[in-house]
Amino acid sequence: MNELNRRSFLLRTGTGFSAAWIAANWPALLSAATHGHDAAKAATPPKFEFFAPEEAVEVEAITARIIPTDETPGAREAGVVYFIDHGLVTFGVDDQKAYREGLPELQARVKEMFPSVAKFSAATPEQQDEILDSFEEHAETPQKAIKPAQRSVRRRPGAQNFFETVRQHTIVGFLIDPDYGGNRDGVGWKLIGREREHVFQSPFGYYDKDYPGWQSAAKEADKT
Amino acid sequence: MTVDQPKYKTSDEVDFVIVGSGAAGGILAKELSTNGFRVVVLEQGPYLTEADFTHNEIEILALDKLTNHPKLQPTTVRKTPDEKAKPQRALVYGRCVGGTSVHFTANFWRFHEIDFIERSKVGPVTGANFVDWPITYADLEPYYTKVEWEIGVSGLAGASPFDPPRSKPYPMPPLPVKSSGVIFERAARKLGWHPYPAPMAILSQARAGRSACVNCGFCLGFGCEVGAKSSSLVAAIRVAERTGRCEIRPNSYVHRIETDANGRATGAVYFDEKRNTHLQKAKAVVVCANGAETPRLLLLSANKQFPNGLANSSGIVGKNLMFNSGGVVTGQFEHPLNDYKGYAVSRVLHDFYELDPQKVGFCGGGGLDARFDFTPISFAFGGLPPGTPRWGKDFKAALAQDFNRTMEIFCHGTSLPVENNSFSLDPDLKDAWGLPALRLTYKDHPDDLKLGNWLFARANELFDAAGATKKWSFPAGEQQFGVHLLGTCRMGNDAKTSVINADHRTHDVKNLFLCDGSSLVTSGRGQPTMTIEALAFRAADRITALAKRGEISV
Repeated sequence: MNELNRRSFLLRTGTGFSAAWIAANWPALLSAATHGHDAAKAATPPKFEFFAPEEAVEVEAITARIIPTDETPGAREAGVVYFIDHGLVTFGVDDQKAYREGLPELQARVKEMFPSVAKFSAATPEQQDEILDSFEEHAETPQKAIKPAQRSVRRRPGAQNFFETVRQHTIVGFLIDPDYGGNRDGVGWKLIGREREHVFQSPFGYYDKDYPGWQSAAKEADKT
Repeated sequence: MTVDQPKYKTSDEVDFVIVGSGAAGGILAKELSTNGFRVVVLEQGPYLTEADFTHNEIEILALDKLTNHPKLQPTTVRKTPDEKAKPQRALVYGRCVGGTSVHFTANFWRFHEIDFIERSKVGPVTGANFVDWPITYADLEPYYTKVEWEIGVSGLAGASPFDPPRSKPYPMPPLPVKSSGVIFERAARKLGWHPYPAPMAILSQARAGRSACVNCGFCLGFGCEVGAKSSSLVAAIRVAERTGRCEIRPNSYVHRIETDANGRATGAVYFDEKRNTHLQKAKAVVVCANGAETPRLLLLSANKQFPNGLANSSGIVGKNLMFNSGGVVTGQFEHPLNDYKGYAVSRVLHDFYELDPQKVGFCGGGGLDARFDFTPISFAFGGLPPGTPRWGKDFKAALAQDFNRTMEIFCHGTSLPVENNSFSLDPDLKDAWGLPALRLTYKDHPDDLKLGNWLFARANELFDAAGATKKWSFPAGEQQFGVHLLGTCRMGNDAKTSVINADHRTHDVKNLFLCDGSSLVTSGRGQPTMTIEALAFRAADRITALAKRGEISV
């Protein structure tokens, strides 16, 4: 296997959007999503280029289960929904279809699995995870039972790549260099411990900090 | 972006037209223009420079900014010639001025003596079309030295007891060691092996107007923003431009070599950016389009006189493709390595370069290197241990814990030449210009898979000796995708069994030369670019000598 095998991959799924953001809906979106990233503080909220506001709320709720907010910031604080929205009218035009078809399917699953819940973003985190898990392809094992509510929906054709697309976009939007439209305030890099510098100097890590410099094996043998 | 470049008319019969500006094409452009010849380089990709290179992973992973484009240039894949090939991505190569040398990892270790004479030494191997080279390591040694000094390689001469003889030390000391390298070095020595500082085509010191490496961490897959990576773009093309005799013509997609009634090449036919067709006339043509596109161009150039494709009287154009075997074993450690800082590989070992087939039960050999070549995003998709949840709280926790505590041992090894393994023209699928797409046929020789698993076992021993908290790998699987594109127009003395002679001249067309990964007769042990560049320096000397003797009328 060559070096690029593992990488040349994954980011190509293929799927859709439109709907301009109406500034008047901004406060409504905020309250619905109860999120508090920087954009909320901005005098002029960023415009959505692809999602309708109510769609953005649902997508953001999905991203917040993929990389949840706990003691540290998650996809919400990283502004991932804005990265995805912009991506769908730029590098990810091919992925518009996944969202166009996937969001109604998501709503259908909410209604089937939890009839009393109005929409995904209104479900509890546990319910949300169960709904998202219904999109995943995995065999039923003793450790991982298929929940009764998932049985009728999990094999339904047509929306298989929706959750996978959102998953990939969320990871990209969380971990991309903050200069390129995601990973707001570098929260993704802070999480993984990547310093946001352009120039680094040796020593780099724990194991090279006391390296004495190159010595040939013969010289080392002499010492002992 | 360029200095005093001449603008030749397509009707000007220049001395050489070079197809491709990568590892080989860049060096041939530099050498031939320096030797006084008028040269046009036709490059299918754009002319990008340091100002265009970024750390934007989207451009690299999703938009193929520096590489061949799977939508415009689709490919098909199959395992054996009796199958119908299916559309699937078969390869990645650089598609910009500088070619693959712009985005590569820059591992620059020389081939050893054995690589050129292995068939004589070990005898025939069932199922392999295994032959010696028409040249030896000694023939190429001066040119390896040229690569190190003129293109720029950092390393430490004499550090590996397995290294072949050399005439000169490296021009620069090795780059600073990484935590992955220290872990690798200490554990390998415990096992009695001989790790050494990895020779890299990356500057450890400022040189020739270029910056030393700043350890930014976006190396494999990315163009270097400071010019420290010794690509053809910064180390060769700019020298060619300064001669005032070399024109680099980007966005020029060559799709046919034109020949006259005497069977001589007259120039290269290409699409410009607007898809208008031109013929650049030249006294001689040098194709350096890589191990996939070079045979494709010869096959696309078939005409009445050359019905099987240009320079293909042997019928082996495109065949005997080799990808290099191997793969990755990944390990984790207790403390942060911060291996995202810096370039990819800081230590390597070649104790297993020559293995005794009688003892191990297969033909081949290889090496191990210590590396971390993930970016934050590629790590999230490919660097976490098997069984890690793909999303949610535990996925997030794994990212936080593992990104800085992970390293890889990359196992690099031989691929045996197998005649059926090939690039050919797909009979149905077309590219965006309406030309037949590349079709890959590839099934690893069984010995290559055995070698892969053998090397994985050594890498696992190394991780155990190093005290890794966790380690994992997958059995060597059959390759259906390549980035090392080798052997498809092999060099040889017999016109019936090779495409070019030892001067890189095609046996069939006297003023047509080929030089790139396709020229290789064996695969080495992985990391072929330095050898491709040494061949290019040597080819330039041979071609210049032929021209001076009046043998190619330039």
